[in-house]
Amino acid sequence: MNERHTSDARWVRLVERVRSDKDQAAFGELFAHFAPRVKAFLMKSGADSSLAEECAQEVMATVWHKAQLFDPERASVATWVFTIARNRRIDALRKQRRPEPEDLTWGPEHEPDQSETIALQQESKQLGRALAALPQNQRVLIERAYFGELSHSEIAAETGLPLGTIKSRIRLALERLRQEMK
Amino acid sequence: MTSTINHHLTDDLLMSYATGSLPEAFSLVVATHISLCDECRARLAGFEAVGGAVLDEAPACAMEEDSFAATMRLIAQMPTETRIEAEDESVKGLFPKPLRDYVGGDVDAVQWRSLGGKVRQAVLPTSADATVRLLYIPAGVAMPDHGHAGMELTMVLQGAFDDDDGHFGRGDVEVANEELKHTPVAAPGADCICIVATDAPLKFSGLLPRIAQPFIGI
Repeated sequence: MNERHTSDARWVRLVERVRSDKDQAAFGELFAHFAPRVKAFLMKSGADSSLAEECAQEVMATVWHKAQLFDPERASVATWVFTIARNRRIDALRKQRRPEPEDLTWGPEHEPDQSETIALQQESKQLGRALAALPQNQRVLIERAYFGELSHSEIAAETGLPLGTIKSRIRLALERLRQEMK
Repeated sequence: MTSTINHHLTDDLLMSYATGSLPEAFSLVVATHISLCDECRARLAGFEAVGGAVLDEAPACAMEEDSFAATMRLIAQMPTETRIEAEDESVKGLFPKPLRDYVGGDVDAVQWRSLGGKVRQAVLPTSADATVRLLYIPAGVAMPDHGHAGMELTMVLQGAFDDDDGHFGRGDVEVANEELKHTPVAAPGADCICIVATDAPLKFSGLLPRIAQPFIGI
């Protein structure tokens, strides 16, 4: 259990090394963990293995170049990588633009607050545990919603479950996650 | 100001935006709302964190052997990402940045088309699975009476409107579905400008709007 916490904090330090020192060894560690997961994510979304490989490389190259935009007070590294991979998927697989909200900008002299950063990384660990502890039928639907690029009605068509059941299971799962995060 | 927003995005919309399954037209309204609403921004961060946890727990799929070297070559070819400069407050107009990107400027850059009776619209270019438009309704004027075949997501950018569900001012969103047959009326004061996403053509109740619909393209 502590292993996850350690790794969350470690990912943050590795991204910081990429940002400040263009540290290839640090990037290599991030690559070894995240690239194969991004590739699997893209394949579950319908990409064949060569497109998924290509997109996963592009996602990781974006991680390198956008390292300076990563904000450990607002997201874990895994969440940040997820949003980059999701946007790449929308662009490459759906051929759509992705409207993104205006950036919130901190003041010019803002330095990340260490305690905020630690709190957020701990919450991420807790969320990962809560997700793993969900009843399987709820967890699978959450994973499909995030991974399979399926809308609720497409999940309904594919699983044969009524749309109402899908929605209520997802709602239950989210409710459980919220309870766990209180 | 965030504190004045009373009508927020639903969990369903925020989760679909976080997973990336929302049509582009709806994503534009969601991104525009979040630009003005810290509460929904924080809720979105929660839904994205679930995505991060799912990714982190996921089974891995082996990369090609030369993958890391190929990625380093890719990095060398890509232009360096420069920090997006915070925009000068004085440049900030009516439209948040995601909307300005689609319009090609602020409200004065909109190519309005008349819908009759001083009501105007401008359809914005997005993927074909849904439609998004700006609507301009003079203060005190009612939107044509309509129901929905699908979902309609409306956000106020200027002025306000009232309907059976309440009062909607700048930043507020209204989610309407098949059951809701509503007649929004623009409130007195400033003319009302809204952004509206729909996933099916609107169904007007009166005969005249129904005949006119194919021509005015609402």
